[in-house]
Amino acid sequence: MTVPGHQELRVAEAPMKRGGGLRRKSKVAGGKRRDEHQMVPDATFTSYYGRPVVKASPWKADIPAYLFMGGVAGGSSLLAAGADLTDRPELCRVARVGALMALVGSLGALVHDLGRPSRFMHMLRVFKPTSPMSVGTWLVSAYAPFAGLAVASELMPTWLRRTRLGGLIDATATPAGVVAAVIAPTVAAYTAVLLSDTATPTWHDARGQLPTVFVGSAASAAGGLGMLGPVREAGPARRMAVGGALVELVAAHRMEHAMGLTGEPLSEGTAGRLMQASRALTVAGTVGTLVLGRRRTGAAASGLALLAGSALLRFGIFEAGQASARDPRFTIVPQRERLDARARQEAATRDVLRG
Amino acid sequence: MTRMGFFTDTSVCIGCKACEVACKEWNAIPDDGFDLLGTSLDNTGELGASTWRHVAFIEQPSRPVVDLGMPSLARLPDGSISPASASVAPVDAEHTGERADFRWLMESDVCKHCTHAACLDVCPTGSLFRTEFGTVVVQDDICNGCGYCVPACPFGVIDRREGEPATVKNAGIAQKCTLCYDRLGEGLEPACATACPTQSIQYGDVDELRERAQKRVDALHADGVHDARLYGESTHDGIGGLGAFFLLLDEPEVYGMPPDPVACTSLAPEMWKAAGIAALGLLAGAVAAFSGSRR
Amino acid sequence: MAECHPVGFQWVMEAKARGAKIIHVDPRFTRTSAVADQHVPLRAGTDIAFLGGIINYVLTQGKDFREYVVAYTNAATLVSEDFVDTEDLGGLFSGYDPETGTYDTSSWAYEGLDPAPASGKREMDEQPGGGVERDETLQHPRSVYQVLTRHYARYTPDMVAEITGVPVAEFLAVCEAVTANSGRDRTTAFVYSVGWTHHSVGVQYIRSAAVLQLLLGNIGRPGGGILALRGHASIQGSTDIPTLFNILPGYLPMPKVGVHDTLAAYLASISSPGRKGFWANADAYSVSLLKSWWGDAATAENDFRFDHLPRLTGDHGTYQTVFDMNDGKVEGYFVIGQNPAVGSAHGKLQRLGLAKLKWLVVRDLQEIETATFWKDSPEIETGELVTEDIDTEVFLFPAANHTEKAGSFTQTQRMLQWRNKAVDPPGDARSELWFTYHLGRLIRERLAGSTDPKDLALTELTWDYPTEGKHDEPDGEAVLKEVNGYDADGLVSGYTSLKADGSTRCGCWIYSGVYADGVNQSNRRKPGQEQDWVAGEWGWAWPANRRTLYNRASADPDGKPWSERKAYVWWDETLADGAGRWTGYDVPDFELDKRPDYRPGPDDTGVAGLSGDDPFIMQADGKAWLYAPSGLLDGPMPAHYEPHESPVRNALYIQQANPTRQVFKREDNLSNPSAGEPGVQIFPYVFTTFRITEHHTTGAMSRWLPYLAELSPEMYCEVSPELAAERGLEHLGWATLTTARSAIEARVLVTERALPLRVGGRVVHQIGLPYHWAVGGGGALVEGDSANDLFGVTLDRNVHIQESKVSSCDIRPGRRPTGAALLAHVQGYRDRAQITTETGNQQSRPVERGEMA
Ligand SMILES: Nc1nc2c(c(=O)[nH]1)N[C@H]1C(S)=C(S)[C@@H](COP(=O)(O)OP(=O)(O)OC[C@H]3O[C@@H](n4cnc5c(=O)[nH]c(N)nc54)[C@H](O)[C@@H]3O)O[C@H]1N2
Ligand SMILES: Nc1nc2c(c(=O)[nH]1)N[C@H]1C(S)=C(S)[C@@H](COP(=O)(O)OP(=O)(O)OC[C@H]3O[C@@H](n4cnc5c(=O)[nH]c(N)nc54)[C@H](O)[C@@H]3O)O[C@H]1N2
Ligand code: SF4
Ligand code: SF4
Ligand code: SF4
Ligand code: SF4
Ligand code: SF4
Ligand SMILES: [Mo]
Repeated sequence: MTVPGHQELRVAEAPMKRGGGLRRKSKVAGGKRRDEHQMVPDATFTSYYGRPVVKASPWKADIPAYLFMGGVAGGSSLLAAGADLTDRPELCRVARVGALMALVGSLGALVHDLGRPSRFMHMLRVFKPTSPMSVGTWLVSAYAPFAGLAVASELMPTWLRRTRLGGLIDATATPAGVVAAVIAPTVAAYTAVLLSDTATPTWHDARGQLPTVFVGSAASAAGGLGMLGPVREAGPARRMAVGGALVELVAAHRMEHAMGLTGEPLSEGTAGRLMQASRALTVAGTVGTLVLGRRRTGAAASGLALLAGSALLRFGIFEAGQASARDPRFTIVPQRERLDARARQEAATRDVLRG
Repeated sequence: MTRMGFFTDTSVCIGCKACEVACKEWNAIPDDGFDLLGTSLDNTGELGASTWRHVAFIEQPSRPVVDLGMPSLARLPDGSISPASASVAPVDAEHTGERADFRWLMESDVCKHCTHAACLDVCPTGSLFRTEFGTVVVQDDICNGCGYCVPACPFGVIDRREGEPATVKNAGIAQKCTLCYDRLGEGLEPACATACPTQSIQYGDVDELRERAQKRVDALHADGVHDARLYGESTHDGIGGLGAFFLLLDEPEVYGMPPDPVACTSLAPEMWKAAGIAALGLLAGAVAAFSGSRR
Repeated sequence: MAECHPVGFQWVMEAKARGAKIIHVDPRFTRTSAVADQHVPLRAGTDIAFLGGIINYVLTQGKDFREYVVAYTNAATLVSEDFVDTEDLGGLFSGYDPETGTYDTSSWAYEGLDPAPASGKREMDEQPGGGVERDETLQHPRSVYQVLTRHYARYTPDMVAEITGVPVAEFLAVCEAVTANSGRDRTTAFVYSVGWTHHSVGVQYIRSAAVLQLLLGNIGRPGGGILALRGHASIQGSTDIPTLFNILPGYLPMPKVGVHDTLAAYLASISSPGRKGFWANADAYSVSLLKSWWGDAATAENDFRFDHLPRLTGDHGTYQTVFDMNDGKVEGYFVIGQNPAVGSAHGKLQRLGLAKLKWLVVRDLQEIETATFWKDSPEIETGELVTEDIDTEVFLFPAANHTEKAGSFTQTQRMLQWRNKAVDPPGDARSELWFTYHLGRLIRERLAGSTDPKDLALTELTWDYPTEGKHDEPDGEAVLKEVNGYDADGLVSGYTSLKADGSTRCGCWIYSGVYADGVNQSNRRKPGQEQDWVAGEWGWAWPANRRTLYNRASADPDGKPWSERKAYVWWDETLADGAGRWTGYDVPDFELDKRPDYRPGPDDTGVAGLSGDDPFIMQADGKAWLYAPSGLLDGPMPAHYEPHESPVRNALYIQQANPTRQVFKREDNLSNPSAGEPGVQIFPYVFTTFRITEHHTTGAMSRWLPYLAELSPEMYCEVSPELAAERGLEHLGWATLTTARSAIEARVLVTERALPLRVGGRVVHQIGLPYHWAVGGGGALVEGDSANDLFGVTLDRNVHIQESKVSSCDIRPGRRPTGAALLAHVQGYRDRAQITTETGNQQSRPVERGEMA
């Protein structure tokens, strides 16, 4: 179910300081008290004993791993199709196998994270456009057979290759790969909506840039994976890696700074450390690719760095969201500001009307 | 069928927790831990998979601890005092015998049965559904515990129950207030509302409840209770109105509720648009990575 | 009330919604305070000063409802010349004997006449009859009105503030609210429960409220009264048909050895010949009771088997029994629906006593601490008890709970409500009725044929109830019928049908009528919306289904309502074919055809002796008593005394505490020093105990249930931030509380609900302790130390209730020592405070010359 007409409720990038009296400064209700003068202005908000307003997702490491592997699969299918069409069999093979492994891994992670894994198939009883998870499940379900078919030819034992079935499989590999590649970007991008379509402040507020960050990260990771194959065919992989990494870095930077308060968790605590490590690895991988990308070990090291950087990015963003949900500040302060801004606006309108 | 819901009037809540207990009894919900939280008389803490009604207690305002500047019994040499003979020391009235403006707020929180229910929207299995009473209910046998509804709820209501399915009822699946779906069908009122001695929890037709709530808030204002306000009754908020709305005596966040909640799913079109552009960008990027390159 | 009677509290909220002002007087800020218009925190144990202050305000400001006071109370009655007030005796009334700590109450009598109290007489002394003298101008210096005025003259707002810690302005706000809301058009109700009763002057707390309400004309009128909120579901029932040692059903006194040797002597003591009021019919009630018990064996010739009744030899209350237990004088003990190891004051004394029994029967829903003391009580941990050395044989019987058996509950409004069985009890669990009936049956089978006179009381007992079902469950309604009473024609319609000639039987005269017309009246459930606002067709209230007692007082002496707004019961000349009749919303608490202008002749006695404007029909003078010439053991008017253990000196009188309180000077019952004694500073804090909604009493019905136990899982103490700062207590940390008896530990809740009080320019800190926890017991989900381990045993002499609402203690951060170190810790306190058995136990202080306050 979607709600029309709520666009005006978007978070205004209002200044942090808020009007409001002592009443709100009383901090957490009940319990301990502290000297009001010691509090920094932007911490003056009220909550119920410091308890979160929204719940952090119950998800564990499976979900960021799923996000990462989904990205790898998506990016790799693109790379594979490109390699296939431009006759780069080595790259194609690496990318197809990589896509398959990522796909299997991501599905495994998803199932594992369910409270009732045996009921995984319940996802397929309905298609719900309002549910990014449903959409995603169907996208992956659409994508998986083609990605599978595309890789089948690579994995066929020699005896099968000689049969008619083998021939058929071989013949469908390219079209299947192309179909997979067309769906692939959505597989890489939808996971951003998966996170953003929640009340988790940092994820939700990241909604404008997050898909870009995620596809950049997917490209960077898939490129990095492609670079693990023979160097001579890996040119597109390197370009994809560098391009993706740059998109990822720039978009993530812009995202964090555009978000204001709810961007804070991205640079704090565990999430902050993960993001920092991700950035370092991605930058190193990018520079490595550019400088040493044509050498076997250099390419491998850079590719691994990019993969790791992409993975850590997902873990970082995941953790930042969890942290933002656990601290009521990130839910309450922006909403309060929004309300106050609206009240100011209404007052101004009244004044105008009166005047 | 008319939409049914709750109007919770916190101005008459006495914090008896009968609603919490009645809910647990009726729904056979497991205990939620035996922890002293030190948050006034609230040892429940928050709504969750095993707490579908939660009574909040807020002591206001905090007063700073100051030295009263008077000997207390413990500080006197012989400890005894003789009121008749003692000279009356100047006493800070704020801190002895009188409590200016002190109040103890209580509020029974519950699932809001949102008009635009994000939990329901994001549920990939269709486990969460809207009933003929306009309420939002989890189907225990459909939910696969994906957990998506949990971060989607703007009120932190629904949660996945922890524990092993073999030993804990409904472990691994999302749980929340059903608005006593199984009672409504039998013509009964919800267990919590039935147990509430003071009619703080009023169950009924949401439209009718809204009128009643407006009258109540007007009456309180007329009585000088200017802090009284309704929360979630407006259909113009980010949720399209709550099926379970409240009369509060302070800002919603004081009670642990979001001041300006929005159903995250209301912004989904925008998100999908951004994702679509990004996906196209990825496709284009891939094409670019291969273009101009030969073998 | 919101905490402990939340369901009943809905009516308070409804009244509030209709404009009633709610004032909550309590040392602590509770759920009730949260919704009250005004919370008045006062020092625990000072309500008589507070109420006395309001009485003084009413009298000095002339705010009493004069017409009501003159017509319906004993304000005009003259008091004997022999009476001397506390003002002249340093806090003692005349007649005090310092040796025994008791009063000879004869000097308190009216001039001329000595009426008997309404509730029959228990152990209290009896007085002969005569005629009273009145001065309706209330000017006579010995009129009750003037005596009262002098008695409360020094209870000024300043004095109230000094004693209670309630600031003058706040106190005056209460005075104004109460008086403004009383009179012809308005009435004020007082609601109390055990915050007023668990004191060494508990009865006088209630008396204070009675005096005030009578002065304001708030008794017997709708919206008025003094409402006692009761405790356990049918605790009212268990005083009506008592589980108390000193009364028989219907508040008939228990006979005393040597005093009541014959039925005639006994009856004469309840109502002397020539006495007025309904107690004059006590012979019919008593004989019907004896007939109900011993049936055909009870005849006029054998005094209706009056000699089968046991005779009192002294105090056999629960605490005296526990002391006797400790002294090895008690062999066996039945504990049915009680958990004294936790719920009674001085837990250690209770448990050590249990260990001296030969046998103990516990019937309960859970394996409570009283049943497991021999293996897991705190005394096992300290080494004071050793399991192997305890000879007590414990029989634990599982009991059926209230949903598993049918029966009646009598609630605070004296209303009986029948309860049907919802489910069968599990396993071996059985009802009390089943247990008692079959125990009696088995004993009677064993004694069958015995000619030993002492067995006759049992063998002649009527013990023939029909049983049903596979467990032979006796029929509760058959018992209710016996309670209602029979005459030759079957069930009687009410107590007015009872006879003293042996032709009627009745198990409890005040309940007579509960089975009128062969219908279980207590099982009526007509919804409130389907009847008038008095709702007389819901359940059945004794006596005679009256919902408000003494409701004749709701009309003026001429029988007209005091005001339209407060019309309740009135005289209607047009009824009874023009002869006139009492009518109204409620069942009139008056003879229906007795005209308002009826005046008795000089020889009229009993009911006929009451005038048509004497609403208080159980009183010998038909008047409500502002001054009680008899019936109370500690004074005809309430006076403020400090609690038994108080660090504060009595500001009003030289006499510190109630001079008649029952003290027990024993090594196993030491007291903290109070103000004026050495060592008082060792126990500088006041503490009180309380209940929370989440738990029930000793926790047997809540700590065993997950849904309740999780709501409040640990024993805690409520302290103010100021006290926390003074003693270094941390929120959620541990504290150790110590008294002369023991030390317990509790988690600390620092809360601004706890407020230090100013008492005479100094600060008094009060600590609040819930008493729902204990250690031991089988299967409790949560455990904690028991607040009752801190108390000693000191009692109100009238009713032998323990002072468990106020005491003194020390509090320190950290957990208490365990094992033998705990005993050493307590001994250290005793040594420092120089405590002996005499400490705190001087009932009165000799008054020295020039010392009069
Ligand atoms: N939830 C719940 N309900 C119960 C029970 C229960 O255990 N739990 N128990 C039932 C029983 S057995 C009973 S008897 C009733 C008791 O019902 P209540 O009497 O209401 O119960 P308490 O909390 O023991 O005491 C009431 C208040 O007295 C205050 N108090 C203490 N000392 C003084 C004093 O000197 N003056 C004044 N004015 N107040 C004082 C205490 O702070 C406390 O808040 O409740 C019944 N209902
Ligand atoms: N410090 C302090 N001490 C107090 C008080 C206080 O305020 N402060 N309050 C006092 C008061 S008012 C009271 S009433 C006492 C209460 O003290 P107790 O009466 O000693 O304690 P309860 O826990 O109420 O005990 C009732 C028992 O009856 C059992 N029971 C329940 N239903 C049934 C039944 O149908 N049949 C049988 N056989 N058993 C049943 C329960 O499981 C429970 O064990 O405590 C008193 N002690
Ligand atoms: S409050 Fe939360 S759980 Fe309840 S309907 Fe709304 S979104 Fe769903
Ligand atoms: S956890 Fe269950 S109810 Fe919640 S979104 Fe997933 S399937 Fe739906
Ligand atoms: S409506 Fe039913 S399920 Fe919901 S909180 Fe009330 S009792 Fe619980
Ligand atoms: S039952 Fe009613 S009064 Fe009691 S806590 Fe719940 S909402 Fe408040
Ligand atoms: S437990 Fe029973 S008696 Fe006590 S408040 Fe609830 S309904 Fe009333
Ligand atoms: Mo009680």
